[in-house]
Amino acid sequence: MTTYQNNDHLAGDFYTQNFAKTAGEGNLILNLGPQHPSTHGVLRVVVELDGEYIMRAEPVLGYLHRMHEKMAEVKTAAQFIPNMGRVDYGHALGWNWAFVGAAELVGGIEVPERAEYIRVITCELNRIASHLLWWGAYLLDLGAFTPIMYAFDDREKILDILQDPTGSRLTYSYYRIGGVAKDLSADCIRRIQEFIPWFRSRLPMYKDLVSDNIILRKRIEDIGVIEQEVCRRFGATGPVARGSGIKYDVRRAQPYSVYPKLDFEIPTSNLKCARGRYDVRMAEMEQSLRIIEQALEMMPEGEVLVKGAPKPSWKVPKGEGYFAVEGARGKIGAYVVSDGGKNIYRTKLRAPGYCNLSLFAEVSQGTILADAVAILGSLDLIIPEIDR
Amino acid sequence: MNAIPAELLNILIGLVAVAASVGLIGLVMVWVERKVAGHIQRRPGPYEVGPSGALQPLCDALKLVGKQLFMPLGADPILFWLAPVLAFLPVLLLFLPLPVGDGLQALDVNLGVLLILAFSGLAVLSVLLAGWASNNKYGLLGAARGVAQAVAYEIPLLLSVLAVSFVAGSLDLAQVVKGQGTWPWNWNIMTQPLAFLIYIVSALGETNRAPFDLPEAESELTAGFHTEYSGMGFGLFFLAEYANMVVVCSVATALFLGGWHGPVLPGPVWFVLKVSALMLLMVFVRWTYPRVRFDQLLVINWKWLLPLAVANLLLTAFFVKLAQFA
Amino acid sequence: MIKEALNTVSDLWSLMVGLRVTKDYFRAPQVTVRYPWKAVSNIATYKGHLELVGGKTGKPKCISCGMCALACPSNCLTVVKRKPPKPTPEEEQALAEAKAKGEKPKDKTPKDPEKFIYDFTLCSLCGTCMENCPVGALDFTGSAYLAGYSREDFHFDLVQLLKNQAGLEGMDASAAPETGQSEA
Repeated sequence: MTTYQNNDHLAGDFYTQNFAKTAGEGNLILNLGPQHPSTHGVLRVVVELDGEYIMRAEPVLGYLHRMHEKMAEVKTAAQFIPNMGRVDYGHALGWNWAFVGAAELVGGIEVPERAEYIRVITCELNRIASHLLWWGAYLLDLGAFTPIMYAFDDREKILDILQDPTGSRLTYSYYRIGGVAKDLSADCIRRIQEFIPWFRSRLPMYKDLVSDNIILRKRIEDIGVIEQEVCRRFGATGPVARGSGIKYDVRRAQPYSVYPKLDFEIPTSNLKCARGRYDVRMAEMEQSLRIIEQALEMMPEGEVLVKGAPKPSWKVPKGEGYFAVEGARGKIGAYVVSDGGKNIYRTKLRAPGYCNLSLFAEVSQGTILADAVAILGSLDLIIPEIDR
Repeated sequence: MNAIPAELLNILIGLVAVAASVGLIGLVMVWVERKVAGHIQRRPGPYEVGPSGALQPLCDALKLVGKQLFMPLGADPILFWLAPVLAFLPVLLLFLPLPVGDGLQALDVNLGVLLILAFSGLAVLSVLLAGWASNNKYGLLGAARGVAQAVAYEIPLLLSVLAVSFVAGSLDLAQVVKGQGTWPWNWNIMTQPLAFLIYIVSALGETNRAPFDLPEAESELTAGFHTEYSGMGFGLFFLAEYANMVVVCSVATALFLGGWHGPVLPGPVWFVLKVSALMLLMVFVRWTYPRVRFDQLLVINWKWLLPLAVANLLLTAFFVKLAQFA
Repeated sequence: MIKEALNTVSDLWSLMVGLRVTKDYFRAPQVTVRYPWKAVSNIATYKGHLELVGGKTGKPKCISCGMCALACPSNCLTVVKRKPPKPTPEEEQALAEAKAKGEKPKDKTPKDPEKFIYDFTLCSLCGTCMENCPVGALDFTGSAYLAGYSREDFHFDLVQLLKNQAGLEGMDASAAPETGQSEA
């Protein structure tokens, strides 16, 4: 006979116990995560299962909280920039930009035009890399093993390109208050120009292998329908909102940098389901290519860092400002309040993933377990960004 | 001195040969699977140990043997350890009636197909036991899926096999093969293409291979019914999966692809070649498609495969009867 | 009805198309690099850990001003300045004379640092120190293969490192995996 030792740990922690209180008779409480193949890190979702049907789901956050906002209070503005690369490993440059933009806004610093174009180019390249990462990982969630390898083949090329100016491959810390750290070299520009047609030629393969596949279509069509009203209520942005037909893109809604000069479309989909979000992201990659193409042509010569750019000891003048950029996952916002002291008084980071994840509890209700994984993946969650 | 009956001797030699070949096939298939997956994904796959990494599965197997056998708290020890054994043992039996060549058969029974179908059903029991006994919620869900899936897919599998048996007029695999000819147009696949298709799809479902690997769907259930198994417990499940693959492919070869028949080369070579081609197809399918959802899996079975298989069977029966009259 | 049947056929065809793609790639050449046997080619622009830039004399350009340590977001730099050299008796006398005349004594302390302690375990490679160096004495190495057995293996004295490097002149520094000088 099995001898039972202390089994207290099997009773679950606070969240499980609290959740179990209101569980239906005979239902199974299951912890998806914090270690689970499809939660991409340390997200934990407590679900109540009736058979395979999800009665209730509750995401539990905080397993990857690194106090980025608190760290902003003990560092000067320039010293905080490296942190932004670590908030979201998928789209690090978007976060770079949000914080740097907020600091420039409060400090009243002009950015040279060439630097703006470089920011657009690198940020869009990073967006493609982020979407590719999502694409591969999402298909891994759906049980297809090969697409992530093809996606990484392409993503690797972008990382090689971005490694030239930034020096790193994932957690970039490239933008500076008043410009960017380094100019794009001629070799780098040549590689970007080569990359664009090459990546365009890859997209049909993605469509053949995955997008048109009947198994995939059955898996993601009409799954996780998010109504526009729900999107608005939870503050969902980015491809999640656009996949529900809300034509909201910060690049157009609150234009910043040189985006108004560039010609691109905001892809939306009225499907509202996981398929809609999938389509939007695939279309966004093409649009990003268009933006990069134009930006490369329009990019003027000149400085990349404004003269007298702030030193690390630079004090952000008294004031407050909010700067939002369109990240790969939605609206990335940085709100900076300065009292004129050495460090910024308070920095608030708006993570798009946080709002997108909060939809999950509502959307996943009544679906089956496999669909929950498909929905979770379609929200494109990067846990470090959500926990910050 | 009493002579040992020839029949018994045959079975004994066959069992030893099968036991040896199952292990070998397992190792080779692990290597082939990883190599093919690697090449599909544009990487080399294993290449460090032995020529082209051919010894890598052996190292992995040694590692699995050497690992601690771990049982979770609150698991049922008897059922927990019974499950992997139960998964593996029937597989040995399944190999016995396979006709590798003309007369090259460990056990010549006139109900070979029935024997295989009956004992392959035992695999479900091991999935159920493993999931239930390991005191794990993922395991339980995996087991529940596994049972529903295996029960469902056994029916179209049986019906498609039956259709071929109608044509051949026998349930003996060797007899079915003998009824076919040397060239592809003499094979049963020409008269029973639909049955072949149904058989292949059901076989994927029956062996829990992707895209029907629901009981172990790793992105949903971590590892499903064998979540809690380590070391050789897991190894046996793994081996059983590959051995099952070989069995279903061999049966498909014997029933549909003319078995050992083929020009120039000797029979057993043709048999192995055809089985390998089918296995390769299964490997390719696994590395190409996403996984289907559980309800879709059952829908495919009950709404498509089963009616088609029944219609095919009735049509076959009708034509067989017609041929008798004519 | 016919349309539905056609849809089903095209749905099934999509599965064939998928198999065709994987079949094509199966035959295509591999894109991965067999790493330990072959080096990857894309590390030329990689930023590794910091190093001091040597001047013409081989001594570091660094003037021990400490701007880098001040700017560093993660406090991973410590600059140890040189102590003034012990004056000889003649110099001491000259110094006393100068003092008596009311002249300011000239600082003879060499400006290059005695030690430049760099804790790579803390560094996030942001480059803020480089940008704030008034003389451009800091740079990133291209070292991508740094590895060590203990935490202390990543505590470098950059001055020592520069000296070692000068000794290894002629060797391709980026090709050979560097061995960190441990400064526990």
